[in-house]
Amino acid sequence: MSIDTGTPVQAPTPPPANASADLPEDAAQWSARLRRSAVKALPPERLMPDRQPAYVASWIYVFGVLTVSALAVVIATGTVLAIMGPTWWHVSTVGLFVNSLHLWSVEVFFFTMIVHLWGKFFMAAWRGKRRATWITGVVSFVVSVGAAFTGYLSQQNFDSQWISTQAKDGINSTGAGAIFNVTNFGQMLMWHIVLLPLVVVALVGLHVLLVRLRGVVPPFAAPDEHGPAPAGRSEGPDGIPDVVVPTDAVVVATNGSANGHTTNGERA
Amino acid sequence: MSPVAPAHGTRRSRRFNPDRDVEEWHGRYLPYDLIKEVTIALVVVVILVVGLAVVFSSPDEKPVTVKSWSSASPVDFAQTAITELDGTSGTATYGPPYNATPGASQSVFGISPESFLGVHHPIDTANDYVLAPLRTLPDRPDVQAAVAQYTAAPAAQQAAWTAAYEKAVATAGTGADGVLTVPRGDYGPVGPIISSLTSMARSGALDGALLTSRQFYGTDYTKPLLFIADGTYLDNLAQGQHLSGDQWGMMNETGNFPGQAWLWLYTLWYQVPPMNSSSSGDLQVWAIMMILTLGLALLPFIPGLRSIPRWSRVYRLIWRQHYRDLAVAPRV
Repeated sequence: MSIDTGTPVQAPTPPPANASADLPEDAAQWSARLRRSAVKALPPERLMPDRQPAYVASWIYVFGVLTVSALAVVIATGTVLAIMGPTWWHVSTVGLFVNSLHLWSVEVFFFTMIVHLWGKFFMAAWRGKRRATWITGVVSFVVSVGAAFTGYLSQQNFDSQWISTQAKDGINSTGAGAIFNVTNFGQMLMWHIVLLPLVVVALVGLHVLLVRLRGVVPPFAAPDEHGPAPAGRSEGPDGIPDVVVPTDAVVVATNGSANGHTTNGERA
Repeated sequence: MSPVAPAHGTRRSRRFNPDRDVEEWHGRYLPYDLIKEVTIALVVVVILVVGLAVVFSSPDEKPVTVKSWSSASPVDFAQTAITELDGTSGTATYGPPYNATPGASQSVFGISPESFLGVHHPIDTANDYVLAPLRTLPDRPDVQAAVAQYTAAPAAQQAAWTAAYEKAVATAGTGADGVLTVPRGDYGPVGPIISSLTSMARSGALDGALLTSRQFYGTDYTKPLLFIADGTYLDNLAQGQHLSGDQWGMMNETGNFPGQAWLWLYTLWYQVPPMNSSSSGDLQVWAIMMILTLGLALLPFIPGLRSIPRWSRVYRLIWRQHYRDLAVAPRV
């Protein structure tokens, strides 16, 4: 039991938001280190740019953001289906429509993703320390195939019956059937609505962050058609331009420039 | 060209490779509104998806049940049931992960992953598909007597009965009410066993018995699905829906809807020799696809393959404006 003495109680004043940044003794904190590393790698102007290199001028660049947009629709419609349960869309007109939205968003997602993948292939978009960006993109595609596949297995209709009884042979032959049983509806539904979406979203998120970090790959140089080679370059005996490139120079080329903009583009 | 010595300890030099390295961009930058682009893209996708859903909807063919199968095709059901009883069905001879049938595992270069992992979803087709469900009919002493007679008989006698029944059921027909009529033969208790199982299936009771054999709540349809897939009824329906393996079925969908078109390469390998006729065709296809997928992911590290974009010159189409600009104002 407390006694009210009538003395006003003053609430403790919260520290200013940036207080710890001014305290040297906090510089070694894990949180402070992580924040500094994150801001250094992805400053706001790189994370959300307002400029892009002039070479980013083709419709092919749109397919990356279209893919992410389609993924957002896939997740949104899948969330509605998950909320209402797996039987809903079989017995409800509204449910069937939401299932149709889900199906067609998946088709759009794969169409735009494959166009995006081919576009990046023909740009050799792994150049300039962008290998991780390429790999996360390819792995995202592969995991997305698995996510869609388990979706087809979770339909609870003739199609899912047929696909599961056909697909089991391939998966069993690899030994994976011991753990991943495509004829087990409950298991496939869990993979489809929990595990694989988590992996896809995590991979796509990482992929987009890497795009922001490394920027959009610059065009191939065309010294044979467009004037002399850039300063510092020379022609090797095989005709391929030789240049002494410090390993870190590529990082410099991708991570920043004196004018405050990233040097190699910012678009997804 | 020999590399120059590193300028300092953390830097080393290497030769410029146009398929691996890039030059720093010193050109122009143009205004770019990321959020606006994302918003417009999302609106476009939503409009497109809603339009497709309104116009085309989505397919939902009713699933096949043991009841619908045995009612529509009782002869096929009985022929399948007898192979489950005598252990010659597809599932009974499948091997891992369902049973340990010798020599059934697929292998490539002597490596058989399914053999290594073994049986994880055990299925004894005679007991799980035929005898155990019939034992759930306690008010049918004639059926229990037939089951008892069959299970007590020596294996040779069981084989003789099932062989005789298989021969007889090959010429079986259906009565006006759809009931199976099998010519008389020396098949002992197998006749009443299969007849009772067919009746049980037609009533819908077998669907439930196959699902609830272990627990009340169940989501594992492995047993009924494999049972149905052992017959020809499901195959024929799939053939009519252009879904069978030789029709590129894995990438198709019922009706005229687009299916998993992105599986075209996986499905392609099933159409060509030796995978389309090999007993290890599935493992061969998966081995090919795993190698190709790994190759795609590691493309940036593979000399030759990573040069294809530069050789193909498709990039000139993508960056045509950039090269036009360069032609007008060459870099120095």
